[in-house]
Formats: sequence, structure tokens, C-alpha cells
Amino acid sequence: MISTDILVIGAGVTGTAVARELSRYCADVRVAEMGCDVAEGATKANSGIVHAGYDAVPGTLKARYNVRGAEMYPELCRELGVPYRRAGALVIGFDEADRKTLGELMQRGITNGVKGLRMLDRSEALALEPSLNPAVTCALDVPTSGIVSPYEMAFALADDAALNGVHFDFDAKVCRLSRAEDGLWHVLSDREEYVCRAIVNCAGSFGAELHNMICDEKLQMIHRRGQYYLLDRANPQPFSRTIFQCPSVMGKGVLVSPTVHGNLLLGPTAEDIDDPLDTATTADGLANILEKATRTWPKLSTRTNITNFSGIRAHLPGDDFIVGPVAGAAGAFEAIGIESPGLSSAPALAEDLVRKIAEAMHLQKKKEVVPCPHRPKPFNEMSDGEREAAVREDPMNGTVICRCEVVTEAEIRRAIRRPVGARTVDGVKRRTRAGMGRCQGGFCMPRVAAIIAEETGCSLAEVTKNGGASRLLSGTVANYLKEGE
Amino acid sequence: MADMQVDILIIGAGPAGLAAAIAAREDGIESILVLEREKEPGGILRQCIHNGFGLHRFEEELTGPEYALRDICRARELDIEIQCGTTVLSVSPDRVVTCVSPETGFRRIQAKAVILAMGCRERPRGALCTPGTRCAGIYSAGTAQRFVNLEGFMPGRRVVILGSGDIGLIMARRMTLQGAKVLACVEIMPYSSGLNRNIVQCLQDYDIPLYLSHTVTDIRGKERLEGVTVSRVDDRRNPVPGTEIDFECDTLLLSCGLIPENELSLGAGVQLSPATSGAIVNDSFETSVPGIFACGNVLHVHDLVDHVSNESFRAGHAAAAFVRSVPGEASFISVEDGDGVRGTVPQKIRRNADANVSLMFRPAAVYRNSTAVVSCGDRVIMKKKAMIYTPGEMAVLELKKEQIQSMEGDSITVRIERS
Amino acid sequence: MEQVITCINCPVGCRMTVHLSDAGEFLSVTGNTCPRGARYARQECTMPERMITAVIPVEGSACPLSVKTATPVPKKMIRDVMAALSSVRVSLPVSAGDVILHDVLGTGSDIIATRNLP
Repeated sequence: MISTDILVIGAGVTGTAVARELSRYCADVRVAEMGCDVAEGATKANSGIVHAGYDAVPGTLKARYNVRGAEMYPELCRELGVPYRRAGALVIGFDEADRKTLGELMQRGITNGVKGLRMLDRSEALALEPSLNPAVTCALDVPTSGIVSPYEMAFALADDAALNGVHFDFDAKVCRLSRAEDGLWHVLSDREEYVCRAIVNCAGSFGAELHNMICDEKLQMIHRRGQYYLLDRANPQPFSRTIFQCPSVMGKGVLVSPTVHGNLLLGPTAEDIDDPLDTATTADGLANILEKATRTWPKLSTRTNITNFSGIRAHLPGDDFIVGPVAGAAGAFEAIGIESPGLSSAPALAEDLVRKIAEAMHLQKKKEVVPCPHRPKPFNEMSDGEREAAVREDPMNGTVICRCEVVTEAEIRRAIRRPVGARTVDGVKRRTRAGMGRCQGGFCMPRVAAIIAEETGCSLAEVTKNGGASRLLSGTVANYLKEGE
Repeated sequence: MADMQVDILIIGAGPAGLAAAIAAREDGIESILVLEREKEPGGILRQCIHNGFGLHRFEEELTGPEYALRDICRARELDIEIQCGTTVLSVSPDRVVTCVSPETGFRRIQAKAVILAMGCRERPRGALCTPGTRCAGIYSAGTAQRFVNLEGFMPGRRVVILGSGDIGLIMARRMTLQGAKVLACVEIMPYSSGLNRNIVQCLQDYDIPLYLSHTVTDIRGKERLEGVTVSRVDDRRNPVPGTEIDFECDTLLLSCGLIPENELSLGAGVQLSPATSGAIVNDSFETSVPGIFACGNVLHVHDLVDHVSNESFRAGHAAAAFVRSVPGEASFISVEDGDGVRGTVPQKIRRNADANVSLMFRPAAVYRNSTAVVSCGDRVIMKKKAMIYTPGEMAVLELKKEQIQSMEGDSITVRIERS
Repeated sequence: MEQVITCINCPVGCRMTVHLSDAGEFLSVTGNTCPRGARYARQECTMPERMITAVIPVEGSACPLSVKTATPVPKKMIRDVMAALSSVRVSLPVSAGDVILHDVLGTGSDIIATRNLP
């Protein structure tokens, strides 16, 4: 039984942003996460776009948090050392109906307070992005649209929260919530039992399930899967901006976008599925992306495809976020239905929600905040001079483990030793990019696994790809030989 | 600017780099430095513990480590400096190489000649766009080979292998012998690209079924792999609905082709061939950048290490000659791929070639009782008939230097003529 | 008795039909296109042999030791040889060429190391 003031449920970008905000107050804060790491749900598999805010219906929480969040991103990412780039975006159209829709989007954006929007004609659009389909007739230019590494954002938020006293429990799926007569919340997870004054439901795909345990107004969540292609780095990439297709009777379309690490992302699909953990890709889904993306980029080739993946969006029929205290459940707060633009909204949502929590619980602000530690530049992005200094300072920078992404042993060890450190091969991969490249870990994975085993004091056979039963290996050659006798 | 200077810098101490170094030293080059990123020299041969290496070169059958050891010992006899644990970060067009190691830190090395011998990597799952989940238990065959043969760990118990290249076949036998159960080897093409010997001795000996014209169409398992679906494919390699076979397995090994690893070459401005994914070279294995040479699997993927060594000796000799006397402007005959031929190396031949030249290429399909023809315009220069030309075996045609010197056109074409 | 096998000597991969007496003695072969094929057919159908390579654990070494049979051994003994290897104790250092196990299972073939382990 663990006593704490506040338990945040879920360590995605919303949960970690909320935890970080809460860490500024005088309160014991814990985070219970069902996965084995931060950012294991929707946060690790989405488009990585910081939307400008033209898309959301004015007056909704989505519109409010999106616009404010997008404003907060550049400074927040600088502070946390998270890769972010204001790449800009174009929403492209192919006919008069599209032009009309784009006009509406622009109007909506202006109402929401998005700056710099303008309509482009064909030649202006092609001048900005020469790889576009020449059949394009019009485009909405969105200069304030940004790109970010979503999971790195959550890792940095979690580290910052942890440095300021927040404790993270992983493999802790919450299965029961109840409020005792003394007003305290009893939370049963499959790892720990918690007693706390307040709970904050940031459980992503499982948000409605938890909500329904404690609230009479039941919610039905729709699990909407989005599949992607991730293409290899190229210099230059065919597109420097995020290219959205105009929503039409044909559907929402797919995006083609550079990532902050120089890859190119194609997707997502939108399929409603039953199992919120079913992040498989399908032949149909992948074919669908190619068909649609070709409309943006006729010369599309998957020759340089690195990987395919999918993520699940937590969609509510009301089509807006639900953020605030849970009706009829004192001390319970929630942020649910956090689908796109959830990543863009997270900082603003957390700011607003935590203010409400602090008021309700009469929390005092801490006098001092531990500042976010300086995060060294990735070795891959250093100049020769910087590399020279980095190896002099730490000889382990002289051992390159991941050759595709040029990640050093020092960087991998540091990722494991971060405040909320990596424990798995995927955890190292998302924090350092080791294994993210074109060989997909073929060469570096055994070496990464060996470093994890050494740092965490386990045997190589116990190292997992991604927690749970995802062990890399099934035993030693010695044991197998003996069994064969 | 540079921290040190060498005559010949060789990137990679696998069979290609070692052979190139040995050849250059035997030609009298004193200042040779070989940089190797792993802790020991030997390259991928260190993990290829099976036999079958060296039949052409040594006329005996060696295992991979034994083959590597011969070159390592020879390099030691010749006092060639090999620095292990050293990763090359960049090569500039004027042959300044930057590298790091924990012992020597960051260095810039100016070389008179650079030999690229970085080898190749395996095509990962992403390159195949195979749908399904992203669970643990999916490895390229070479990664699994490393785990078993160098780390002493087994990747899994029940195994399906996608791709029937030699590494996949070898791993089918290795996993079986070391105690795992291999359920199937699945090949999307109607033929295997592996050696007949490996089909018989790695699959048939252990009753492992080979599914030709099949591929993996689904991957299941949330955490660890639980199973895969295998489907037959049509002539255009599209899966045929209704032909699905499900396998319960915890491991999927991918043996779906190798790609020369040319990121450093690209950084040096070396032109690559789309057919081989390796550098475009002339008959002395010099790339489009003067003084930068390439040999072994970084140039084009070989089937036999004996051929890698042979090619790399030539590259080493050529680099030595380059260091001795920078040659004047050469005039070239270009080598074109004709019908049935892919990725002929070299792509250019010096008109005044001073030695015979081996034209190496991969047949585009299986051709039985056919003739490889080298022609210059309408004139046939040479013909070589064979009972079989197959994509699984690199074909080699030896052009005499007299034949080259007597050529008149600007290009020659290599093609396969069906009989 | 007839047995159909694929020749492994070269990429042609001739399908050869081997005729054997009821006692299993080699009589003749058809379908081969060269003498090497005939030799292989006779050997493979009367007394098939294989080289065996394997890795075995070594006390005190993270890296296992790769080994091979010095000469080919009867194919039907592959499993037995692997089983025999499971109980071999090896101590460091080992050099390539060292005999790890003499005359494995009376085959006349030694198991020898194929790499150095210092």
C-alpha cells in the first residue's frame, strides 16, 4: 500500500505534462503507467505534428488548448532539450470544392487566433514544395505548424517531473478505483495498491474505462487506429513542410511530413478497431496509405522504407477533449478523449488542468524548482570539433554502437541513467535513436542489449524489447544443448 | 589540419580489407592503416562458423573463423597495423578520414589512397513492408547468427525463416543443431537464391520444408512473436487469398538480401550504381573519386568469400600503384548491362588496361544452357556458354588485356543469350 | 531400388536417379552431367557424410567456442555428435586447431577448435 497525495494514471505526453505541472506544487505525486516505459501508448505512434490550430472548431477545448499549446511548444522544447522545428505546413486542394473547404479552414484558423495563414495558388504552392503533385490547384499555407518528436517530449517531461519529486511506477495497470468513506481514493493496480487524495485520469485509450468506474455519465470510447510508413533520412527530403490533404467527401486524407530527425512520415489511416492494444499494421491499411499519399507525392517510392507502425487514437463521439474534475467524484480529475491535436495541446491542457487541481486541493507552489538538466547535443549532430571534445571528455563517446544513426556507448549509458531511464531496447531506441535507422538494429541491437544487461544488472536473456514477455532471447546455447540430450 | 598521414587507409578489417592490405604491403607500401569498428578483425566471417569457405583460394574447406585467421596471421606477419574498436565517421573527397575510438579519441587522417571495405548489411523487415505487429522475436538472420555463434544465446525455440538466401539456410541448420525447431523456410521467388548444397544439407537433412513462391503476410504477437501467416504469391509476387498457412512460432528470421553499406562512400561523393548499390568502379576498383577504391561486399554483394579476397587483392595492388604514381588522364570503355544481366562490375575499363579484367555480374533470372556474350557494337568479343546462369551465383567473365586493348568503341555490353 | 537426389556440386543442381540393389549397394546413376555428380551420388546413397560445425560454451568465456569435425562423419550420427558435444568441458585458453574431443563416438574424427579464445 502506497500513500500519496496525487496519483496520475498514465505516462503518455498528457500524463507526463500533468505530472510535471503538479511537481511545481507541494504535494506527493506518483504516476502509475500500465506500460513498461513512458510514452507507450498513442504518444509513441502518431504524426508528431504541433498543429497550428486552424482545424479545431472554435470554442472547443481542442481549439483552446491547441492554439495555446502550439504557442508554448518552441520555448518548452528549448527548455527541455527536445527536438522541435517550425517546419510549416500546406493543406493542399485539387478542385473548387477543396478551395472552398480551405477557405473555411482559414476562417476557422483566424477565429482561433492562428497567425500567418494565407491561401496560395498552384504556382505559389509548387514554388514552395516542388515535389507536390502538379495537379494541385490551391493550398492553405500554415507557417506556424511545427514538428516534434512526441516520445522524446514525454521522456523530457517525465525526467523533469522526476527531478522535481514525482515517482513513476511502470507495469502498473489500474484495475479498480474506489472512494472510501474517509474521502481517500483507493487505487488497485496489478502491481501496487495506492491510497491518495486525488487521482488524475490521463489513461489514453483506457480513459473512458476508468471514467466509467467512478462516474454515472458513461462514455464510450472509439479506438481509432492509424498506420504509418517511415522512410529513411534523405538530404534533401522531397518536402520541407508537412503536407496535409484537404478533408473532402473522399475522407480526411493522409499527410506526408518530414520528421525532426530527417525522416519522412506517411499516414495515418483511420480504422475503428475493438482492441485498444492492437497496434498491428495490415496489408490493406498500408496499401491505402500509398494510394492516398501518391496524390500528394506522385513520385512516392517505398524503396527507402525503414518501418511501418500504427498507433491508436482515443476518440470520443463528442469529438472534443473532456478535461477537468469528474462529475460526482470529488478528488477525481480527468483528461480523456485526447486524440489529435492532443500532442499539440498537452502543455496547455496540463497547465489548465493542474491549475484546477491546485485550486480544488489548495496546493501551495514550491519555492524552488529543480531546473531541467542540460541535455548534450546528440553525437550525430555534432561538428568535428564538438565530437573531438566529447570523446576527450568521455572516452565512451569513442565507441559508436549504432552505425546508422551514429549513437555512442556514452549516449546509450546516459539514456539508461536518465531520471526516468530506459530499461528496454525500445526504450534506448526512442531516447537515443540507436536502432531507429536503416538497418533497424540489425547490428547494434545485441550490443545495446548487452549494455542494458550490464547497467541494470540482469542477464542478457532477461533483456526485453519492450517489457512484459518481449524477451529478446530464449536461453543459452549451453542449456539448449543439454536439453537436446 | 590532419592529425596523421598514411599512404593507404583501409576501412574495415573483414576479408576485403585484410586482402587489400596484404596486397598493398606485398607491393611495398610501408604506411598502411586498417580501421575496424569491431573489437577484433575478421568481419562477418567471425560469426560464420560453418564450413565451405576457401575451396577456390586455399583448395580446402575452412570455416569462417579459420578463413579469417589465415588473413589475420598473414597481416600480422607483414606487420600491418589494424586498429580495432575504431569507427570511421566520414571520408572527404580529398581523402581526409575522421574516426573515433576510446583509446585514440577523435582523429583526422590524411590518406593518399582510401580503400572502402565496409561490407554490407541485411535488409530489415521495413524494406519488405510486411504487415503485422512489432513484437520481439523478429531478427535478421545475421543478427541471430551473432547471438548464437558469438554471444552463446538462442533467439528462440520455434522458428520460421523468410528468405532462402544462404545465410537463412545456414541459420536453419544452426538453430536446429543447437536445439531449436525450424518449421519452415519461405521464399517469395519460385527458386532459392541459396546454393544447392545448402538446400540439401541445411534443409533437407533436417526435413525442413521449403515453400517457394510463398511469403509471410502477417505477423502476430503482442509482446513476443506468437505466429506468422504464410501465403502463396502469384507471378507478380502478390499474395493469393485462400492460400494462407499459419505457423505457431516465437522467432522469425529474415534472410531477404544484403545491401552494400555505402553511407561513408556517399559522404565522399562516390557515385553509386543503382544496380549493385555499390560504387561505380573501373577495372582497378577505383571509384568516381580519384584515389578512393572499393572492394568486397561494399562494392557488390558476393556469394563466395574467395571472390571477395581475389577482388580485394586487385584493389590493394591498384591502390598501391596509385600511391606510387598518380596516373595521368585515362580513357575508358564503359560496361553496360544487357539482356539478362544485372550489376556488372567494373562499370568502366581503362582502354590501356595493364592486366586481364574479370567482369562480374548477376544473372537476372535462371538461364539454362545459355551463353553470356560480351559485345562491342555488332562485334562479339567473347562468349561463355554454361549449363546454368542463376541469380544465386555471381557470373565471372575474364577479358584478356589484349582483347581490351583492341576494342574500338566507347562501350561494351554484357548479355545472356538463351540457346 | 531407386533414389532421386539433387546434386550439390554446382548451381546446375542435376536431379539424379540412383539405382541400388536390395541390399543397398550402389548399381548405377542417371541424370548426372559430370563425373563429380556420379561420385557424389554413390557416396550420398551408400554412405552419406557431413562435416559438423557447432558452438559450445566455455567456462569463463562470454563467447562460445566454435568447433568442427576434422573430417566428415556419417550423416546419421549428427544428432549423436551434437549430444556428445553437450558434455564437453573446455577450459581457456583455446587455439584454433586444438583437439577438443578425440575420435568422437568412434567415428575416427576429432572435434577441433576453429577459433582462438585467449
